[in-house]
Amino acid sequence: MISILVRRILSLVVTLFVVSLLIFTVMGLLPGDPAAIMLGTSASPETLAALQKQLGLDQPLPVRYLAWLAGVFRGDLGQSYTYGVPVAGLIAERLAVTIPLALIAIVISVLVAVPLGVQAARSHNGAFDFVAGLFSYIGIAVPAFWVGLLLIILFSSMLGWMPAGGFPGWDAGLFAGLEALVLPAVALALPQAGVLTRVARAAVLEVMNEDFVRTARAKGLSDGTAIWRHAVPNALVPVVTMLGLQFTFLIAGAVLVENVFNLPGLGRLAYQALSQRDIVVMQDVVLFFSGLVILMNFVVDLAYLAIDPRLRAGAQ
Amino acid sequence: MRKAFRRPVFLIGLFISLALFSVALLSLVWTPFPPTKMNIVQKLKAPLEFGLLGTDQFGRDVASALMVGAWNSLSTSILAVALGASIGTMAGVVVAMRRGWLELIVMRGCDIIFAVPPILSAMMLGAFIGSGRFTAIVAIAVFMVPVFARLTLSAALQIWTRDYVAAAVGMGRSKATITRVHVLPNISNQIIVQVTIQLGLAILTEAGLSFLGLGMPPPAPTWGRMLADSQTFLGQAPWLALMPGLAIALAVLGLNMLGDGLRDLLDPRDDS
Repeated sequence: MISILVRRILSLVVTLFVVSLLIFTVMGLLPGDPAAIMLGTSASPETLAALQKQLGLDQPLPVRYLAWLAGVFRGDLGQSYTYGVPVAGLIAERLAVTIPLALIAIVISVLVAVPLGVQAARSHNGAFDFVAGLFSYIGIAVPAFWVGLLLIILFSSMLGWMPAGGFPGWDAGLFAGLEALVLPAVALALPQAGVLTRVARAAVLEVMNEDFVRTARAKGLSDGTAIWRHAVPNALVPVVTMLGLQFTFLIAGAVLVENVFNLPGLGRLAYQALSQRDIVVMQDVVLFFSGLVILMNFVVDLAYLAIDPRLRAGAQ
Repeated sequence: MRKAFRRPVFLIGLFISLALFSVALLSLVWTPFPPTKMNIVQKLKAPLEFGLLGTDQFGRDVASALMVGAWNSLSTSILAVALGASIGTMAGVVVAMRRGWLELIVMRGCDIIFAVPPILSAMMLGAFIGSGRFTAIVAIAVFMVPVFARLTLSAALQIWTRDYVAAAVGMGRSKATITRVHVLPNISNQIIVQVTIQLGLAILTEAGLSFLGLGMPPPAPTWGRMLADSQTFLGQAPWLALMPGLAIALAVLGLNMLGDGLRDLLDPRDDS
């Protein structure tokens, strides 16, 4: 067990390292001078040279990469040009919105998808199966940011029950904070739920007729108990896998949904950095998001080991 | 062929996809009104009050803009998927042929590319080379490469274990010839299915990119930017937010159903 863990962590570190190197190189090779982009066309040559020096652009690419990497280990991601504050602090501040948003969305999608998928599998080819299938088709096809717009139209402009956007900050209280995140999280959860319902249904269908579920029924458990206690836990592995695979799309969705609801999260930060041409912030946010996706896949890998004892045995 | 008519998923998908393509093509020669022509007097009219689906804040006809939007969205997505699928498939079959360290590098590379959502790579590209259709196509295509590389590799590896491939090797056929004669034709069905499904995903991504202003620049109508513009008028003219979203959802739904239907239809193991 320990040796698997060590191997996985080593591979994680190597991947993170390569990703950072790759993104850094691509950014370095792209045409356009970041300093010139950030200052716009009206900048004097002196200001340009000063900013180039401040960003370290007068140094060769490998030196810049190593300096950046050393900074990361010290928790220093550089200065935001537009905000004039350290990027690390900026990211940390925005994470307080994005992480709860993503987590609530994941919880909602699992709570919707697993029961739906299980029931669909139980009524295989029946009416409920059809409805669940329709739900997942629609969920997958509908853009999260559009669902966000529809929710705003319904719950804030028509019914007036919910705020149309913005975030009061966690200082305003847990409830106010959560209230601002409910609609965005639902919008973000719908496409995920569509995908997960399919996966849960297929997974339950696959194990439903296995011997151990039949045995559970034979020993007198009701159909429902047999499935929930014996089939569903076995069907969770693919669901967790899909959650990991979908994480990239969850993040992409969060970038859009944060912009619809005007939430000061990481996705909004990336967008603002783009419109203000704050290259340093952009680069750090992209790297951070990519790191998060990789880390998530790592966590999913570990979750397998926790969920499925067969994998533990197999890996040794 | 008769099998096709007993598959509702396939039929509905085919119908929606054909409708989408027809509307997109029709927009090239005809729209009810010139899609970018402003008519301030008729601004923010409700559906049927002016034109079929009403007008936007500049009095432009929504139905016409949606039609041209279908063409813009489809053509961008098709180019992106074509680019990503060709590079990915090529990488997949070559890796299946060579294996070894090449497999390790390409597959790790796929993991890495997959870690950067297309929205973010489009933002990065947009910052450096400016946003526009080219940026959108590249960002989406880059993300498609690992999808097709992984699919092709696993499918091609299966073919390489078959007896007829072993026979071809025994006959002294070169690996490149075997790939061309045996591997590619046998995995083409899976690739076609994947192209259909990824086209839906590309439309979804393109909509997101234009929503953020990273797609085709105005005045070219795109579904994503129509949604972005509608945000200012959610209370006044909610229908402006309804139609483009419905168009996106319908297009993606149709392509997904077509892809699923094709998968069922092209699966030789299933004769039910």
